[in-house]
Amino acid sequence: MSIAEHPLSKYLRTELMPHIWCSGCGNGIILNAFIRALDDLQIDLNKIVVVSGIGCIGRIAGYLKLDSFHTTHGRPIAVATGIKLANPQLEVVVISGDGDLFAIGGNHFIHAARRNISIKVICANNFNYGMTGGQSGPTTPPKAVTTTTPYGNIEYPFNLVHLASAAGATYVARWTTFHVGRLIASIKKMLLRRGFSFIEVVSQCPEMYGRYNKMRSALEMMEWFKRASVVADFSDPARAEITSDRIVVGEFVDAEKPTYEELLYANIAQTTIKRT
Amino acid sequence: MKDETISAGIYFMSGNMACVEGAIAAGCRFFAGYPISPATEIAEHMAARLPKVGGVFIQMEDEIAALSAIIGASYAGLKAMTATSGPGFSLMQESIGLAAMTETPCVIVDVMRGGPSTGQPTFPGQQDVMQAKWGSHGDYEIIALAPSSVQEMFDLTIEAFNLAETYRVPALLMVDGITARMWERVVIPPAEEIKVNSRKKPRVPPDKYMPFLPDEDMVPPMACFGEGYRFHVTGLTHDELGYPRAEDSAVQMRLVKRLCDKIRRNAEKIVRVDEVMLEDAEIIIVAYGIVARAALNAIKRARELGIKAGLLRLITLWPFPEKNVAKATEGSKAVIVPEMNYGQIVREVERAVKTVPVYHFPKLGEEPHMPKEILEAIVRCGSL
Repeated sequence: MSIAEHPLSKYLRTELMPHIWCSGCGNGIILNAFIRALDDLQIDLNKIVVVSGIGCIGRIAGYLKLDSFHTTHGRPIAVATGIKLANPQLEVVVISGDGDLFAIGGNHFIHAARRNISIKVICANNFNYGMTGGQSGPTTPPKAVTTTTPYGNIEYPFNLVHLASAAGATYVARWTTFHVGRLIASIKKMLLRRGFSFIEVVSQCPEMYGRYNKMRSALEMMEWFKRASVVADFSDPARAEITSDRIVVGEFVDAEKPTYEELLYANIAQTTIKRT
Repeated sequence: MKDETISAGIYFMSGNMACVEGAIAAGCRFFAGYPISPATEIAEHMAARLPKVGGVFIQMEDEIAALSAIIGASYAGLKAMTATSGPGFSLMQESIGLAAMTETPCVIVDVMRGGPSTGQPTFPGQQDVMQAKWGSHGDYEIIALAPSSVQEMFDLTIEAFNLAETYRVPALLMVDGITARMWERVVIPPAEEIKVNSRKKPRVPPDKYMPFLPDEDMVPPMACFGEGYRFHVTGLTHDELGYPRAEDSAVQMRLVKRLCDKIRRNAEKIVRVDEVMLEDAEIIIVAYGIVARAALNAIKRARELGIKAGLLRLITLWPFPEKNVAKATEGSKAVIVPEMNYGQIVREVERAVKTVPVYHFPKLGEEPHMPKEILEAIVRCGSL
């Protein structure tokens, strides 16, 4: 009896399996949602580039059988900016974590959003630095216990959807790993549109975060997402802070404005010396 | 696009402008930068010139982003460059390591001012020449060139692109703030006379392509994103397929040795120096950048006084022209290394020179070495 190939394995570098993620990690759900979106849309796989940063989710670029760049910590959006502007025909997707995109890479995020360059960003927000063993980060909830906040977190977390919309992102959505169907639909929408686009995926890290914060398993974390989530499309992102009893999910922004690369190439076309 | 670049002729321009024209002549079609004195003019001229040849200019949010964008643009198929000065160069060190590790052809211009830290924003220096080689963590090699005239700002920018593309390595133009900002005559040759190298492309179909499998010359052919090869690039230790193998010490050994050896073993092909009146020289000046101009004047005046002085001008700083320095100084009586820093390249000269005393002549502050000062040093050494 032969083992049938998984219908989606053509999207993966299966020779790199098993992956490095812990059992129960939300990253596999995000990877699955992403390749299902590619499959549904029948995207030209030779014209898409995935760029990632450092952290557990950063390894996703390597697992995808696409042109892929696993950059240094915090820099995927800056590298993606160069790729997109050098070849605007390419679909450029950044998939990275909350620490990579909003702590060390925060500057690149806000400026790419401000420019409205067509980079599609998926952020796995697991509330901590998982790969280095569970330190607090820019999205760690108040009072949460991590290895660097052993007496409870005293910092205020970023509300990522508010930050993204304030910085100028033209598409902003938040889902959790519990909302797989809606997440896939949102990724598809993002891949089909222009402009800087951002999807936050609230994700579970049972090993490095959950078990220190009264959620001992992936299941308990996902039960929190299920219990606390409120679907409210186009609600005010400023009022969408994540708390233990309320995670507002949905689309927050879906706006049209000229993109950076459109304006740039229009300028170039106007300025280029015509051959005679 | 060659016919859309600047026409051949004789021009009067600044070093920074000549650098831009050299880059465009070499095929540079992507520039990302961040304003910083005394390198800002390069960004300004790029902003004006690149769109005219169909190229992309973007002002990034910082120098980390600028070099990161260059790396992305290079992998997307364009020849790419950034320019900065000391503080920005410090921020770029992280991505210089990434470019070295991912074998990204790119050019970085560092218009050197006085440091450390914010230092002397509008004054020249040569204080970053060691940082050029050692600034990022880990073992790696880069190529660094030091122009000493506006003409060389044009010529060596082209050379930097050619070397970057040939060896898939960051090539650095380490220029003192004087050479960058002074105005001189520049001869721009017809486009067809300018030698332009581009990266080797894969000669196998996508399913056979191993993105980091080197040829004989230790350099792997380079596919670009969007060409159908669907390959992986990572800053992690990786095998010939580009796959992360951080836990495999044999892969680490093989990769890092090759990243270094592709430059070290090709050093004789890469290195360029300028030898002036060295045949019978007893006192030899080893200098680079604007200081070499003062040194040239000084050795001529020394000869008028009957002192056999000569100049070895370093055009390549890295890989360091060890053999050229050793050979040129053999049988001389003294070597003097004037630098606009407190002692950097002199240490490399000391390593290369075996038997002759090496004297360092540092100078800090906005003023370069005066010919008279170097002459005095020669006379002092001559009378020892």
